[in-house]
Amino acid sequence: MIWTKEEYHHIITAAVRRLRSRARAERRWSSVTLWMGVAIVGITVILAIGTNWIGFTNPNEQDLGAALLSPSLEHPFGTDELGRDILTRVLHGARIDLSFGLITTYVSLIIGMLLGALAGYFGGVTDTVVMRVVDTVISFPFIVLILAIASIVGAGLLGAYVGVLVVSWALYARLTRGEMLVLREMQYMMAAETLGLPVRRIIFVHAIPNLLRANLVFSMSDMVLNILTLAALSYLGLGVRPPAAEWGTIIAQGQKYLRTAWWISTIPGIVVVLVGVGFALIGDGLADRLGEDATGTA
Amino acid sequence: MKSGKGSPLLEVRDLSKYFFTKRTVLKSIRGKPQPRLVALDGVSMTLNRNETLGLVGESGSGKSTTARCIVRLHEPDKGSVLFEGRDVLSAGAEEIRKIRREMQLIYQDPYTSLNPRLTVRAAISEPARVHRLVDHAGESDLVEELLLRVSLPVTVADLRPRALSGGQRQRVAIARALSLRPKVIIADEAVSALDVSIQAQMLNLFDELCKGLGLGMIFIAHQLSVIAHISQRVAIMYLGRIVETGPTPEVFLRPRHPYTDALLKAHPTIESQRNRTPALSGEIPSPYAIPRGCRFNTRCRYTENRCFSEDPPPVEVSPGHYSWCHVLPEFSSGMVTKKTG
Amino acid sequence: MKQSMTVESPLLKVSGESPLLKVDDLTVGFADRRGFLLAANRVSFSVPKDHTLGVVGESGCGKSVTLRSLLGLVPYPGEVIAGSIMWMGRDLRTLSKKELERIRGKDISMIFQDPTSCLNPVFSVGDQITEMLRMKLHMSRQKAFNRAVELLDRVGIPSPKQRLADYPHQLSGGMRQRVMIAIAIASQPKLLLADEPTTALDVTIQDQILSLLAEIREETGMSMILVSHDVGVVAQNADEVAVMYAGWLVERGAAREVLHGPRHPYTQGLLNAIPKIDQVGQRNPLVPIQGQPPNLANLPQGCPFQPRCPFVNERCYSVLMELDRQEPEHGSTCPFMDGEGA
Repeated sequence: MIWTKEEYHHIITAAVRRLRSRARAERRWSSVTLWMGVAIVGITVILAIGTNWIGFTNPNEQDLGAALLSPSLEHPFGTDELGRDILTRVLHGARIDLSFGLITTYVSLIIGMLLGALAGYFGGVTDTVVMRVVDTVISFPFIVLILAIASIVGAGLLGAYVGVLVVSWALYARLTRGEMLVLREMQYMMAAETLGLPVRRIIFVHAIPNLLRANLVFSMSDMVLNILTLAALSYLGLGVRPPAAEWGTIIAQGQKYLRTAWWISTIPGIVVVLVGVGFALIGDGLADRLGEDATGTA
Repeated sequence: MKSGKGSPLLEVRDLSKYFFTKRTVLKSIRGKPQPRLVALDGVSMTLNRNETLGLVGESGSGKSTTARCIVRLHEPDKGSVLFEGRDVLSAGAEEIRKIRREMQLIYQDPYTSLNPRLTVRAAISEPARVHRLVDHAGESDLVEELLLRVSLPVTVADLRPRALSGGQRQRVAIARALSLRPKVIIADEAVSALDVSIQAQMLNLFDELCKGLGLGMIFIAHQLSVIAHISQRVAIMYLGRIVETGPTPEVFLRPRHPYTDALLKAHPTIESQRNRTPALSGEIPSPYAIPRGCRFNTRCRYTENRCFSEDPPPVEVSPGHYSWCHVLPEFSSGMVTKKTG
Repeated sequence: MKQSMTVESPLLKVSGESPLLKVDDLTVGFADRRGFLLAANRVSFSVPKDHTLGVVGESGCGKSVTLRSLLGLVPYPGEVIAGSIMWMGRDLRTLSKKELERIRGKDISMIFQDPTSCLNPVFSVGDQITEMLRMKLHMSRQKAFNRAVELLDRVGIPSPKQRLADYPHQLSGGMRQRVMIAIAIASQPKLLLADEPTTALDVTIQDQILSLLAEIREETGMSMILVSHDVGVVAQNADEVAVMYAGWLVERGAAREVLHGPRHPYTQGLLNAIPKIDQVGQRNPLVPIQGQPPNLANLPQGCPFQPRCPFVNERCYSVLMELDRQEPEHGSTCPFMDGEGA
């Protein structure tokens, strides 16, 4: 031995202390990012829901005398060319965008996950049929699809809903099917079969809860993309039409004033980015946490 | 090949299972036959009540496939499986669910054999509940009884598998299997993934359960010492066939098949010395191209002419002890026995 | 705190030569979100020339971590926090990355349990061997090719020239392990570290690989540290055996002595718990080690084996484990099993 008992004790205690604090720091950091994401999204949601109660009642209230005012205490986000308060418009827009994101994402998730699970578990004809439909839907140029739907359903929010739903489920189906192929080989799935459990139970009680993780993590980024899609569609004239307040339309309308009244497009733009980042952080945090449960090993 | 009294619990006859891989389009145009992996090629065995049959083999031997075919996780291509006289392979959906209650499989990997989302309580009570063997009120008694039987404290009932060690998870898997009151347990490498000290606990548990509940057990393992300890009869498998079978002490002390001898000599024990010549040379042939004649002829030291043209028939070399070999050499004891001094 | 042993290898006393490798007080810690633990705790041993040390223990005992730390291969979140690794007079812990790389694969080689993950699937076997030869031994392309054929032949691969063009997935597990051995011995290392090299292989193939390693050792006088959870494998191949539990090296000595006259309750428990093939038909129940495997993040004060030890008493909790000095060739951290034997 090269050190005395005391020296060694000293070295070890110092190292142990260092390792302990590192462990603590790592624990804290992964929580921080998750909670940041939750905070961002949470605040936005609360404000969106409570818009009318906190006094931002009318997004379309015009006041031509107060047009194109830069951000101030009275109008924290400024006003647009018709004197409408941008903050109110953004808050009302949040309601449209967030509900769009939620509905399209989670309805797609449910449908897609179900079909993907069935395709992956049963294989054979079911798998082929479902996957070919998935392939077709995904390879369709999206804007063409939307235009086609808009021509049938009529332009507007409904058209945007239908368009996104038609495509989104396919992504979840493909993801779930892949996960199911792996899951099927897990011994607890085989055990469920040899224990004589009915197929319905195997899929809904044993498979689906374990497939949720990948889907939920994906849904966070999907949500962001769906919101951006709506904004993009509205910007292009499909989706939401003016004078309705929606993030995309606000940004689109503010384009002409970028040089002069930059706040009309820019501030709502920052909000969109921020909300997107919030969802992404939640997605990361979930991936970390749920990751411990996926295969049962820590 | 019966060795017990009374009618056997499980009778397997000529079980065969092939796996076909897809042919490329090019190959099918050229008329090449579809590649066929022979996993099982005419396997027969009997299991009696209160008996443990050991199934030993290396990779490619077909031991796991046999287990899965018996419970119909795989559908065999040929052969029959009779459980208490009932035909397992042609049973309808309802009938197979009933039969499955009585034959339970314990899997190898303790980390994937339990659903990570279910608590121990839920995992153990689920099968009995689904099969309506117990009502809601009786569930917790059932769970307690089973946990006791596998020597787990009742406190683990509300934990998830994540909080349990490998050995504890296997016990939960066993408790779950026992909840259906099976008559046959097939343990597919059930202790292979466990540490030695835990393995010992599990082997003792299996032993107790079989004796206490009068079960028949097929114990599949690749380690001869485990089989030697736990089984009364043994079947040695190679490339989809059984090559030797009989009472375990008889087969291990007086093997009559070159492969069995090689397995015994290759097994490292505390007393053994490292020889520079390995017990068996060469590699296992591809299951896509089973050798003609005796399938062991590519590695065997004792071959004669007929080993390359004829499949060896079973020969009863001593009561209940069969070997599938043309030459049937007599080996000096396959194992290094404990030397004194 | 806890002490380990300064047991010198028995062969040292005989030859008087200094050992190839001398490890003292090696301590490895792991810290991540879940907490921290000591995977190896003051592990000390030495390996002379032409000598095989077998390290045996169950999962989590620290044997693999110890081996990897010798070459600086401990993955994050682990790190070596104390100890010295003296190789030919230099402390490997003090070497720069470059200097360590020069030693790895050349003087000290390592083979692993899973050849699948150690051979790059997108390169042919030949490419991987020749790359190693050209980078480490600075051989020309032609020389490297010829040497590669020689090596494959040496490790018992039939038709070596043709095999060079094969990809790892075309070879069986045993073949891949032979390739890995070929790569490891290419530079004629003085020490081979083998981390469960045969655990994933069939028993007859394991037998072949162990025989091959024995042949190579005899031919070249190479030393080896063989880590395995299989006591039989270690018994068959090692001159000296070290037993690890919960990061501690609890017993060490000549193979025959440790295995037939263990001086630590854990070793004894392990030996009793192993099913013995030559007891077939006797139906003696196995004597397992009671209790659960240790939780390294939550070890008791004093000897880590206390919760499971049949001889535990109050002295185990608080007292530092004193060295067993009576027979330095065969030492154990347990003072109570002195002289009691098996």
